[in-house]
Amino acid sequence: MSTVKTADAVPEAPRAKSDLGGRARKARKALSNPWASTLAVVIAILWTIPTLGLLITSFRPELDIRQSGWWTVFGSAFAGEGVFSLRNYEAALFDGSTNLAVFFVNSFVVTLPAVFIPITLALLAAYGFAWVDFKGADFLFIAVFALQIVPIQITLVPLLSAYVDLGINGTFWTIWLSHSIFALPLAIFLLHNFMKEIPRSLVEAARMDGAGHVQVFFRVVLPLLTPALAAFAIFQFLWVWNDLLVALVMGDLKTFPLTVRVAELAGSRGGDWHLLSAGAFISMIVPLIVFLSLQRYFVRGLLAGSVKG
Amino acid sequence: MDWLLYAGDDPGHKLLLMLIAIVLFVVLMGIILFVVDRPRNPTRWFVGFGFTGAALLLLLLGLVYPAIRTIINSFMNRNSTEFVGVDNYVVAFTEPRFLVVLGNTALWVLVAPLVATFLGLLYAYLVDKSRFEAVAKGLVFLPMAISMVGASIIWKFVYEFKPAGVNQTGLLNQFIVWLGGEPQQFLISRPLNTFLIMVVFIWIQAGFAMTLLSASIKAIPDDIVEAARLDGVSGFGMFWRITIPSIRPALVVVLTTIAMTTLKTFDIVRTMTAGQFNTSIVALEFYDQRFRQNEAGLSAALAVLLFVIVIPVIIYNVRQQRLSEDVR
Repeated sequence: MSTVKTADAVPEAPRAKSDLGGRARKARKALSNPWASTLAVVIAILWTIPTLGLLITSFRPELDIRQSGWWTVFGSAFAGEGVFSLRNYEAALFDGSTNLAVFFVNSFVVTLPAVFIPITLALLAAYGFAWVDFKGADFLFIAVFALQIVPIQITLVPLLSAYVDLGINGTFWTIWLSHSIFALPLAIFLLHNFMKEIPRSLVEAARMDGAGHVQVFFRVVLPLLTPALAAFAIFQFLWVWNDLLVALVMGDLKTFPLTVRVAELAGSRGGDWHLLSAGAFISMIVPLIVFLSLQRYFVRGLLAGSVKG
Repeated sequence: MDWLLYAGDDPGHKLLLMLIAIVLFVVLMGIILFVVDRPRNPTRWFVGFGFTGAALLLLLLGLVYPAIRTIINSFMNRNSTEFVGVDNYVVAFTEPRFLVVLGNTALWVLVAPLVATFLGLLYAYLVDKSRFEAVAKGLVFLPMAISMVGASIIWKFVYEFKPAGVNQTGLLNQFIVWLGGEPQQFLISRPLNTFLIMVVFIWIQAGFAMTLLSASIKAIPDDIVEAARLDGVSGFGMFWRITIPSIRPALVVVLTTIAMTTLKTFDIVRTMTAGQFNTSIVALEFYDQRFRQNEAGLSAALAVLLFVIVIPVIIYNVRQQRLSEDVR
């Protein structure tokens, strides 16, 4: 769809700014309003309390969870009583009835190819649209761009029937394929925009020197595109890992990722908060680590393209 | 062949299959690029389709064709064997059950994006003037990283109900009890339940709105702010007359993006209530009609409906974008 033009979208922008601007910014910081600071921190804490509550709960014994609110642990902890254990996680991961360890593997197996394949396909396509001046390129690119608005719901059922006809339904292959297809329009659009920012002279000089398109792609374009790739890869990783709809429609018990299993637990064992709380955090730990360690790239990816089919 | 298709329960087999998929794909791409690079003087058309062909083929077979099939199926009966005209749409627009679904969806699309964008904007403005900016933004943004299933479980626990007289374990009911009220079963009474489910979505999306809007607030040139300040503009006037007009294009993008996400989101309602207690929305009803009721025609009609509702949102977005480009 549309991109928001911002200072952050161009990583070099802050450095390129004049020293004057930097000093003005610092001065503004120094004048920061103490009320605004306090309020901002209070809201941020309020925003985190629901998550914190479930996190604390996930470490409490089953009986305690049923009998008292998670906020009471602060009192008990001060009184020196042991209130935390890892038993819920052990039960959620390895007990036969929940068995989340198996689904953790599934999440992992689903996600990696579903990130790698569409990005590679989109890279090639974006290069084709941006730098190979072939007939119909503009028209096809606009068509791909327009496909972003198609909600995936409208494609799911016939796609599933096609997989059934081919006899490949219920395998990881259909899930990888589906995620790859659904990611393509946005991925091609974003990577195309990044590729267009590469100076034309650079590409043309390489072509003049006799490099074919494949060489230009690998030697000139790809190295310059690494930050954009990282941003989109994280974006897609979180999207696939957190996806419920595609996994639910295309998969079966052998391929379901954590999201499907945890959602199922919420329905069938809605009162078992010791399992649900631990299960929720087992499903969230990987995206949280990815997010916390690569937040900058994630934000950049988000700023560059804010629409996902 | 079966070994390549089905991994069964063996984790090692699954991981191996994953590696095979990636390697196969790399080999396939290698062959395509090798062929493209082969001729001494390839035509542009040949090279162009070498690079874009695989993606275009997938999009055609996996997106365009299925979408057309769904549109056709929406005019067919429950197992897609007989043409029934607009019957499915008539059902969707007249049966009381579906009217509730449509009403809920309208409520979602109208309320959730506005509230999320508004909160995100306020917070972006607030945080711009405060210390600890990075940490504060990180915490508000954190829900964006987790799944909607996880977020729903987090909030379901906040809304947890225990009868009066027993210790409450849900935070919201505990607050009500502390204030001297009766604990409530929040998720069963309409329309309150729909709004409480919306809170989960807003909790996630406000961080998204904040991130985008904060970036565009920072991109407002310092001299504009300085000039306004010299003219005596401050406080609310600065926010209303300088900040808002400057970030208008970003506001439109955020609003429409969240509106489109709202339409397609079914995870939250499914995890919170499974659509019970009159909380269902079109995106969830689409799934239930197809995979629980086996109503293929009706489900297809609902999917088409989702697509149709998205279109005005996009037209609005594009028109606003054009307008702001004209101004520049």
